[in-house]
Amino acid sequence: MTVPELVISNVSMAYTPPDWPGGYWWHWLFFSVVLIGFMLTMVIIAIYIERRGLGRMQSRLGPNRTGPFGVLQMVADVIKVLLKENIVPDKADKLVHWLAPIVAFVPVALIFAVIPFQNGALLADLNIGILFIVAVSSLTTLGVFMAGWGSSNKYSLLGAMRNVAAVVSYEIPLALSIVGTLLVAGTMSLNGIVIAQDIPFILVQPLGFLIFFIAGCAEINRSPFDLMEADSEIVAGFHTEYSGMKFALFYLVEYAEAIAISAIITSLFLGGWRGPLLPPWLWFIVKTLIVFFVMVWTRVTLPRVRIDQLMALAWKFLLPLALINLFITAIQVLAWDNAVNWIAVVVNIVVMVVLILIWSKFFKLGWGRLEV
Amino acid sequence: MTTTEMMTLKTEPFVLNFGPVHPSTHGVYRMRVTLDGEVVIDLEPVVGYLHRGIEKLTEERTYGGVIPLTDRLDYISPMSNNLAYCLAVEKLAGIKVPERAEYLRVIMAELQRLANHCIAVGSLFSDSGAAFTPFMYMFREREKIVDLFEMVCGQRLTYNYMRIGGVSQDIPDEFLPALSKFLVTMPRFIDELDFFLKENEIFLARAKGVGILSKEVAINCGMSGPVARASGINRDLRKADPYSVYDRFEFDIPTCETGDCYDRYRVRIEEMRQSLRILEQASKDIPQGSVKADVPHLIRPPSGEAYGHLEAPKGELGFYIVSDNSIAPYRCHIRPTSLINLSALRDMIKGWKVADLIIIFGSIDITMGEVDR
Repeated sequence: MTVPELVISNVSMAYTPPDWPGGYWWHWLFFSVVLIGFMLTMVIIAIYIERRGLGRMQSRLGPNRTGPFGVLQMVADVIKVLLKENIVPDKADKLVHWLAPIVAFVPVALIFAVIPFQNGALLADLNIGILFIVAVSSLTTLGVFMAGWGSSNKYSLLGAMRNVAAVVSYEIPLALSIVGTLLVAGTMSLNGIVIAQDIPFILVQPLGFLIFFIAGCAEINRSPFDLMEADSEIVAGFHTEYSGMKFALFYLVEYAEAIAISAIITSLFLGGWRGPLLPPWLWFIVKTLIVFFVMVWTRVTLPRVRIDQLMALAWKFLLPLALINLFITAIQVLAWDNAVNWIAVVVNIVVMVVLILIWSKFFKLGWGRLEV
Repeated sequence: MTTTEMMTLKTEPFVLNFGPVHPSTHGVYRMRVTLDGEVVIDLEPVVGYLHRGIEKLTEERTYGGVIPLTDRLDYISPMSNNLAYCLAVEKLAGIKVPERAEYLRVIMAELQRLANHCIAVGSLFSDSGAAFTPFMYMFREREKIVDLFEMVCGQRLTYNYMRIGGVSQDIPDEFLPALSKFLVTMPRFIDELDFFLKENEIFLARAKGVGILSKEVAINCGMSGPVARASGINRDLRKADPYSVYDRFEFDIPTCETGDCYDRYRVRIEEMRQSLRILEQASKDIPQGSVKADVPHLIRPPSGEAYGHLEAPKGELGFYIVSDNSIAPYRCHIRPTSLINLSALRDMIKGWKVADLIIIFGSIDITMGEVDR
């Protein structure tokens, strides 16, 4: 496989791929349209996969009436939800209630700006790409908290508080697990990280991948960490009081976040657009959907954890492991000229297995009763 | 000058209504929960949203006409309700039930226990947030039992199968082969299910040690059924006060010691296995003969009172009937299992978090139709 040479340190914010016709503005316009289209299409595909997959795994059929194999079900749902009445509670903080879905939606859309679909095919090849993602992605929480606060509903508030607590805790292992990858790749640009993956980083950084996957699931509230909208406990969490288009936006955010995390995992750990035979952008989409499917799979399999157990997992399990992983990776990068080699793969897998065995032996989720 | 005390946030507990319309209150139960953040510090149950006055309605129906009403009590297990009522009336009127009818009753009651525990375990997992998967699998198995019931009485939910002095009709020829086929597949399913759920790390963390019901509290509150047996009370009316022909079968009463949510799950799974044992013996020994004693359509039991009880899937279900020698009961009181099992809810939940409240409530396994009557 030949990968074109890219001098990563020279990549500036106004980077335009050399083979692209037109200037900066064409590039900007084209990718903005493509990204919005991509996000909406992927969300529809993701919802279809989730509902059908959930159905099949739960020994039922899932949506299968609208269109062939039910593929038009999402279109019907979108039309339905757009035509619904917009209900705002009497005591709601109107402005906050109205702003919340937008505040939640924008950061998710921004994430896609730095994700490479092909070599150089991305809206902005920031040389701090992954840092940008970490910074922007947690802003969604603000929208969620606004929704919880503005709804003037106790269930919403409980859900929003849970979400804030979870995101604040899981940001740390999430960021630390990325640092290992950055050390190995030697760049923060996502395109550069993909180019550096002669061996997919899921093998070079197995522990980092695991931590990132778990923390990512918790960050975007996928099951088993879907506490903020735990339907059996707090009804629908922060979007209990939302209907119509605003609810649709939250629904969109939820799946767009899942797709974004899948895309980031694809770029960071699974070799991004690299792969034989198929065109690169197709490889990227296929890998993203595979990661998303794993999320569907865990959702259908596992019960939900409790809020204190969620916190314990972040601070007692993921954080120490992420620190150790970072330490070991740093030593490897110092010791070898090129840390992406097969010896590192073997060493890191062994380290991962040993560490997880040790931690799972001593780490127990507590009983969590308080005297009142 | 700012002191630490001034900087500390003032917090106060708040009241949250769980229900009457809530996804996991199993009906229209309402809990006024006082929360300190996520921690439950007090709970006040409110019942009565589904009150239909069934006890009063019985006074205006004939003895036989009450049976369809009992279907509506615990609609998850109507066969057991039918049987409990019939036992009470038969005790009152001194009616002897034919052998074959007794065996049929036992078969139906045990199948009903399996169906009920399917829902109980399924909804426990659905409450703990397992995205409905165990629930759907449990319902798939329950469907087979419901098919068997449909075969014998034509109904899938409100069976109305038992009659005073027997059962409404004999089983069709294809019932026993279908039952023996079911008895082969069901144990396999239970083993498979238990294999997946028993040691699920998240379920263990969520259920083990959560919502402990001590033996003393259980006895004081009059708890019965799997909830009491999970707390170590070895009491099962099938052994303690054998009714019907239960004294002829060999089975064990599973008990646990701790009395947490996990133990309640374990007891239910074991009970399903024991029910299968009873079903195997009953389907083998079932005699030929009539299925209904020669009872007039309108019976007039002698004046007096009788209390008939049995081990329903959820616990002890009793009917107390007073007769004034007319065609309708003078008074009929129902000892509901679900309501009495709920009485210890407050003790069990205090100090746990909101998520635990749901799983503890789910592990008690109640039906609102029976709580409110």
